[in-house]
Amino acid sequence: MATQTPPQAGNGAVLLKGGRLVDPAQGTDGASDLLLRGGRVVQVGRGLPVGDAHVIEIPDGLVVCPGLIDMHVHLREPGQEYKETIRSGAQAALAGGFTGVACMPNTVPVNDHPGVTTQIVRKAAEAGLAHVYPIGAVTAGSRGEQMTEFGALREAGCVAVSDDGHPVADALMMRRALEYASMFGMPVINHCEDPSLKDDGSAHEGPTAAELGLRGIPGAAEEVMVARDVALSELTGGAVHVAHMSVAGSLRAVRSGKERGVRVTCEVTPHHFILSDEQLTYDTNFKMNPPLRGTADRDAMLEGLADGSIDAIATDHAPHHADDKAVEFDKAPFGIIGLETAIPLVLDRLLHTGHLSMTRIVELLATNPARILGLPGGSLAPGAPADVTVLAPDAAVEVRAAAFRSRARNTPFDGWKLKGAVAAVLVGGRTAYVNDEVAAAASPFGAARLS
Amino acid sequence: MTPQLPVEVGAAPPARLARLRSRHLLGAGDLAPEEVVLILDTAAAMREVGTRPIKKVPALRGKTVVNLFLEPSTRTRTSFEIAEKRLSADALNIAPGTSSLVKGETLADTARNLEAMAPDIIVIRHQASGACRLLADICSSRIVNAGDGMHEHPTQALLDLLTIRDHKPDFARLKVAIVGDLLHSRVMRSNLRLLTMLGADVWLCAPPTMMPAGIERQGVTATSSLDAAVEGADVVMMLRIQLERMSGHFFPSLREYHALFGLSAARLARARPDVIVMHPGPLNRGVEIASDVADGPYSVILEQVSNGVALRMAVLYLIAGVNEGVD
Repeated sequence: MATQTPPQAGNGAVLLKGGRLVDPAQGTDGASDLLLRGGRVVQVGRGLPVGDAHVIEIPDGLVVCPGLIDMHVHLREPGQEYKETIRSGAQAALAGGFTGVACMPNTVPVNDHPGVTTQIVRKAAEAGLAHVYPIGAVTAGSRGEQMTEFGALREAGCVAVSDDGHPVADALMMRRALEYASMFGMPVINHCEDPSLKDDGSAHEGPTAAELGLRGIPGAAEEVMVARDVALSELTGGAVHVAHMSVAGSLRAVRSGKERGVRVTCEVTPHHFILSDEQLTYDTNFKMNPPLRGTADRDAMLEGLADGSIDAIATDHAPHHADDKAVEFDKAPFGIIGLETAIPLVLDRLLHTGHLSMTRIVELLATNPARILGLPGGSLAPGAPADVTVLAPDAAVEVRAAAFRSRARNTPFDGWKLKGAVAAVLVGGRTAYVNDEVAAAASPFGAARLS
Repeated sequence: MTPQLPVEVGAAPPARLARLRSRHLLGAGDLAPEEVVLILDTAAAMREVGTRPIKKVPALRGKTVVNLFLEPSTRTRTSFEIAEKRLSADALNIAPGTSSLVKGETLADTARNLEAMAPDIIVIRHQASGACRLLADICSSRIVNAGDGMHEHPTQALLDLLTIRDHKPDFARLKVAIVGDLLHSRVMRSNLRLLTMLGADVWLCAPPTMMPAGIERQGVTATSSLDAAVEGADVVMMLRIQLERMSGHFFPSLREYHALFGLSAARLARARPDVIVMHPGPLNRGVEIASDVADGPYSVILEQVSNGVALRMAVLYLIAGVNEGVD
């Protein structure tokens, strides 16, 4: 089994020797060493002198890249610790290859006040695992009525604002939020879905929902709000980020905005570019919002990943207790977890299929999330934080939900056999996670060489 | 096609199949054509019981059947209950108001608790699509779906088939029009599966607001023209319009709905001269169906109700597996 060591101050020098370094921010893809010191990247290049550094040998075939960032997770703390905690979520993040996660504000209470933000920041520091970047609510209680104090939220540590799960339905509120957030350099992340079109739907409106007798959520429910937000971003100059995009029409609206120079970005989840409503059954681990869409929408997401119009891959990690999900489909909460399955899914379905290059994958998972949220990571240039993810693209993985670090097990991917694993994670120059199975398999000298 | 009566304990119906393949009846879509024939033949034989002075046979004596009706129902629950009594089963009813679900118990826990009392069959009616599947996954009792959300109502569709077969035995030659609130109709979904499986030409007719997206993929013709649907039809099946649908903007008024989609004698004249008119009930007279049509010579609506009891006797008998020698 893998081990996890909380990162400490990280002042000693560490040399990652060997391996293939992929850093889109510097345009780097090739054999290179990486020297870390004092929690920062010091030097990148071939044959770096060892000096006083602790050496971590990276076996051939492994990829060294900037620490991956999942810009859309739900950590459930405060308020729903029986589903997930900041600590368990951060452990899941490390095991999934993420050195940082941005957590949505739909906690109990909602993160609409700097007091809640401060508590999240403190709990994350106490856990000392992955970086946790809080996202504040756009409106009080995410009720869509009264704007929160973006300045105070920013000051307390929020990196963006969103009413995720509750779309900002009122167009004037969205306009004001975009205008006001631009003063703090924060994007407004919107869960784009017209509430009246969603109604009480629980699955994608299409032939499968028709057969199963499930109330439909049309793709247009998302598309109309994405189109609105692109127009409002154009009007205001504020940055809008489309959360978990799922339909072709939304992608068209984003593309058209980008062509005009609108400050719109978007993310897609692994389940929306891998699964479709053809896989849908009454298994509530296939119930999420947005729902699994039609195959044409899924294929559009793959196309957007390849042509550059999609900026990020995020998991929308949404932990729920087994009891919450062991109910009728209509009654089950939306959401599946994703932190510990994302990298094997991405490598298996995007890299090994030849659909994306490793550089593009790192861009989607590290470079762009850091850029969109204005985070210090996302690059391994000298001076950048010493947050590093080591991938083993050729390692075989079987998804075992029972072994997850997350407190939750609600995944539709349990039992899937995939190619591509996380080998190790460094946070602030300290080894925070080593996948012993990969380490043992990757080197005749065993785990010692990686850890 | 005229089997002997499988009404005594242990008597095997001499149909082509001796028993159903599944332990449960969750959906019409799970049945193979020969299973449908078995159920219909058994039901046809069961009808004789209802004509006896003492309407009771001991086929399910000692079997416990729970009617777990978590959504309001009069016709279906009564029909099942009469069927159970005629088969001598010990039947008990759980209604929404009296179940622990009103105390916040989950369906899964209700199922586990029922299971612990070892009933042989649970008949479930529930407002959520797929609820009977959840029960079947948890329970070792045999499950009969008496309507799950908008998904399936298999015994209704089977009794509809039995009624159609009495009048028009060759399904492959039939044009069947199903008209009304298709979007929310489990009756339509179950009928669609059975009728297309048996080769009927199925036409679905509703305003576009109540037509399920992508339903054409199931091999039917979808139209918003009642005249086109009824033209030359052998069977016209009208579905109930739920009055609360007006609040969901599905149609503007009952008056307009009746004008466009209500079955009047004049519109029915486009059908074949030997057309039969069906309705699963309860009727909204003057809305989806005119009274003179509902009560007229082409109507088989009350035959459907009578057949419901025999059909449910057959389903309970076959699902109980008393003819399998395993119990």
